[in-house]
Amino acid sequence: MAHFVPHTDDDFARMLADLGLSSPGELFECIPQALRLASGLDLAPGMSEPDVAAEMSRLARRNRAAGELVCFAGGGAYDHDVPAVTRALAGRSEFVTAYTPYQAEVAQGVLEALFEYQTLVSRLAGLPVANASVYDGATAAVEAVNVALAATGRKTVWVSAGLNPRWRQALATLTAGRGTQIVDVPLVEGRTAWERAAAAHLATGAAGSQDGRGGHPAALVAVSPNYLGCTDPLGPARTAATGLGALLVAVFDPIAAGLLRTPGEQGADVAVAEGQPLGMPMAFGGPYLGMFAVASEHTRRLPGRLVGRTVDPAGRTAYVTTLRAREQDIRRERASSNICTNQTLVAIGAMVQMAWLGTRGLRELALRCARATRYARDALIALPGVNPLVEAPVVREFALQLPLPADLVIERMADEGFLAGIPVEAGDCRGLLVAVTEKRTRAEIDAYVAAMEKVVS
Amino acid sequence: MSGPSHRAAPGGRASSAPLLGHDEEPTIFDFSVPGRRSASFRTTGVPEWRADELVPPEELRPEPPELAEISERDLVAHMTRLAHRQYSVDLGAYPLGSCTMKYNPKVCDEAAALPGLCYVHPATPAAYVQGWLELLWDLTEALCRITGMDAATLQPPAGAAGELTGLLIMRAWHQGEGRSPTKVLIPDSAHGTNPASVSLAGYTTVSIPSDERGLVSPSVLREHLDSDVAGIMLTNPNTLGLFEEDIAELAAAVHDKGGLLYYDGANLNAILGVTRPGDMGFDIVHLNLHKTFAVPHGGGGPGAGPVAVTRALADLLPGPVPKRLDDGSFTWQSPSRSIGRVHGWHGNALALARAWAYILCNGADGLRKVSEAAVLNANWLLAQLRGTYAIPYDRPAMHEVVVSTHGAPGMAHELRALDVGKRLLEKGFHAPTVYFPLVVQEALMIEPTETESPETVAALASALLEIAKESPETVAGAPRTTPIGRADEARAARSLVPTWDAISPG
Repeated sequence: MAHFVPHTDDDFARMLADLGLSSPGELFECIPQALRLASGLDLAPGMSEPDVAAEMSRLARRNRAAGELVCFAGGGAYDHDVPAVTRALAGRSEFVTAYTPYQAEVAQGVLEALFEYQTLVSRLAGLPVANASVYDGATAAVEAVNVALAATGRKTVWVSAGLNPRWRQALATLTAGRGTQIVDVPLVEGRTAWERAAAAHLATGAAGSQDGRGGHPAALVAVSPNYLGCTDPLGPARTAATGLGALLVAVFDPIAAGLLRTPGEQGADVAVAEGQPLGMPMAFGGPYLGMFAVASEHTRRLPGRLVGRTVDPAGRTAYVTTLRAREQDIRRERASSNICTNQTLVAIGAMVQMAWLGTRGLRELALRCARATRYARDALIALPGVNPLVEAPVVREFALQLPLPADLVIERMADEGFLAGIPVEAGDCRGLLVAVTEKRTRAEIDAYVAAMEKVVS
Repeated sequence: MSGPSHRAAPGGRASSAPLLGHDEEPTIFDFSVPGRRSASFRTTGVPEWRADELVPPEELRPEPPELAEISERDLVAHMTRLAHRQYSVDLGAYPLGSCTMKYNPKVCDEAAALPGLCYVHPATPAAYVQGWLELLWDLTEALCRITGMDAATLQPPAGAAGELTGLLIMRAWHQGEGRSPTKVLIPDSAHGTNPASVSLAGYTTVSIPSDERGLVSPSVLREHLDSDVAGIMLTNPNTLGLFEEDIAELAAAVHDKGGLLYYDGANLNAILGVTRPGDMGFDIVHLNLHKTFAVPHGGGGPGAGPVAVTRALADLLPGPVPKRLDDGSFTWQSPSRSIGRVHGWHGNALALARAWAYILCNGADGLRKVSEAAVLNANWLLAQLRGTYAIPYDRPAMHEVVVSTHGAPGMAHELRALDVGKRLLEKGFHAPTVYFPLVVQEALMIEPTETESPETVAALASALLEIAKESPETVAGAPRTTPIGRADEARAARSLVPTWDAISPG
């Protein structure tokens, strides 16, 4: 088996003797005999390194990865190109094997990288303060709602039906403990009907009750581009939020941010995003990256770590985690977030990716995604029986109505060498959600369209 | 006490200090030069529509957000210099109590980098990801066997996320029984995430004082138990590094009142193959795969915090979970009364793959040896510190020890724990956890882990003993050899500069 415990038998014997013990079992005499395992764990014996590598390779070969099924699936995980430099730098063991930077004097590497990450997230979001990351887009949305619940003392949130349905489920699960009510605001033509929802709410005179379902919402959770791929400008949500005294939480996309106006510019109080498209492989769903930014007045409700710039006694620039009194280890039961471990390494990778892309590179990447998406969508909706599920503008992803169930289409398209997309529901409509990144060539898109024509005919 | 058998301590001071350089490292924004670029893109042949042909004008931003304009070479130099200003497990011993900073095997890194694992979309139908499902199922089974539980979810992406998941399961279970208790008991030595998670789950925390042994006493527990108690969260061994030896009695008392027992797996590294939370009477367990199962900590994440439960609670787990069918194939299944998802996809999958590779490497025999060496190292270190540092609860330790400078018998001048930690940085070690647990004044919580050799543990002990003999002035001025001295934390909080754009000119 592989050996990660350096102690020789002699070491064990000598150290035990120093403690007046004669066998390792005596180290555990503080554990009552009745609780001790008589025959060890019911697991196989340890394996050698080459044997482990072989077993892991066997498992990996049982997956049809993106190299084998050309990926047109999105829904919160996207097949973008990742440059070698991102992998190389985020893979440096000084970052990989460090812990949370509690000792700033020997953690300036991680801290400065996070300061740079926070700056870049702040610029993408158009808001002045960004944290050092939360777990993923879904939990970022949950933490954003928690900020709003704490800021307003209310118990209801309104959520665009354009929110990723898995995030919507996580939001319901993780806020249930405190009795949070979630109200879904429907999409009309791919865009959220905020004005109608607000008008209906105010007309019922429900404003009086602050507790139950009828009370004013703590937050409106708006999403652009939304789960169906449509842009959904925040203006109506901002107006409705202002009228209701609610916070506007905006879910944005870090790649589309190269083309679209920022959440901050459109009046968002909190902006969150799934950061996976910034240099993380799809990785079967994780580790991903929850990007999180707020307007200044919510700084002290920010979940997770925040890095700040200061000086040391010699006047040199220094970075530390700051406003620590917000955090669970100090605030304990009064904390509005329990986050401790976050996604620092992924954030460092995203920082490298953003720096590598640069100002114009991000624009070009967003544009390339939008072009490939337009090209694929135009060709697909020209096929007989294939129609757009919604008509609103899209930038990387779109939903189709097909003459066959999406599951069946996905299965048949896999035989043609494609991961065709994700089954999607929008109101009463069912269809296929298709994502097209800058990585897809015209030849791949043409082949996909030809395969789709064959599959649906 | 026998000395080290060799002069060199590979994970100790010989190799770990000083870190390079005392110059400031500019930021990528300071390096930016307009027009300089690194990015390059694939040749695709896709038509080159203009932005205003693709995005409605009112939604299109005229200029892209300003990121950085830096050459790839300068970016690499910058990040490499940052790496040199960063302490890490790969560099040297990292005895940060409660964090289990053990060596992260490279074979696990390589396994998690396999293209067949990395480049898989999480919504790929089960038929095409049998390898991933098998891996997740295998890991689930192994974690159940290690903890003595019956079923598990791998979704929670960190320990605290596991805590909240477990507490929501606790809540759902009580609701299913037609009860709605409001309180969760937590010892005063608990991690801060515990009470924070309790609040998020909609419960009220009731803190239980530790007794003179540093343990939860059954009689004190009974004073706090009533039908309004949903359960108790315990870390065992606890944050003082002590095994809660009355656990069976505590479990029976909680169960008698209809409550559940939650096991915080932060300290599982002490008991692998020795005892199991399930055998102690726990109902819900979270594990920190980034502690016990050697997933690297990544500067503060990503981690993974699976939650395992007894059969009675299995239907409540977040879903979907991997399921093995009779023909040996795998599929996803949602538990019948699931509390719902707690992650956007399936959890931190690559962290789960690393943990599985680690479990394969060690097996039953290796995991037991992990705990033996971890507990041996901690006790051997404690024996060397006895007589110099105070030991507030001097009982047989498990994988970590808590000592104190307060009333330290072998210290000429009483030093502050913070200063000892800072001075240790100068001596080429990472500092221990300081001022935790809260029940000990001037606490130093030290966890050597099993992967540090006796030579390194001895070097760490020597460094701590040397510091105890030093003058308060020497110690309070530390660290001087690190890339920066003690940062002005008050200024950081008072004049918040969270981004480069917030730096005042001049």
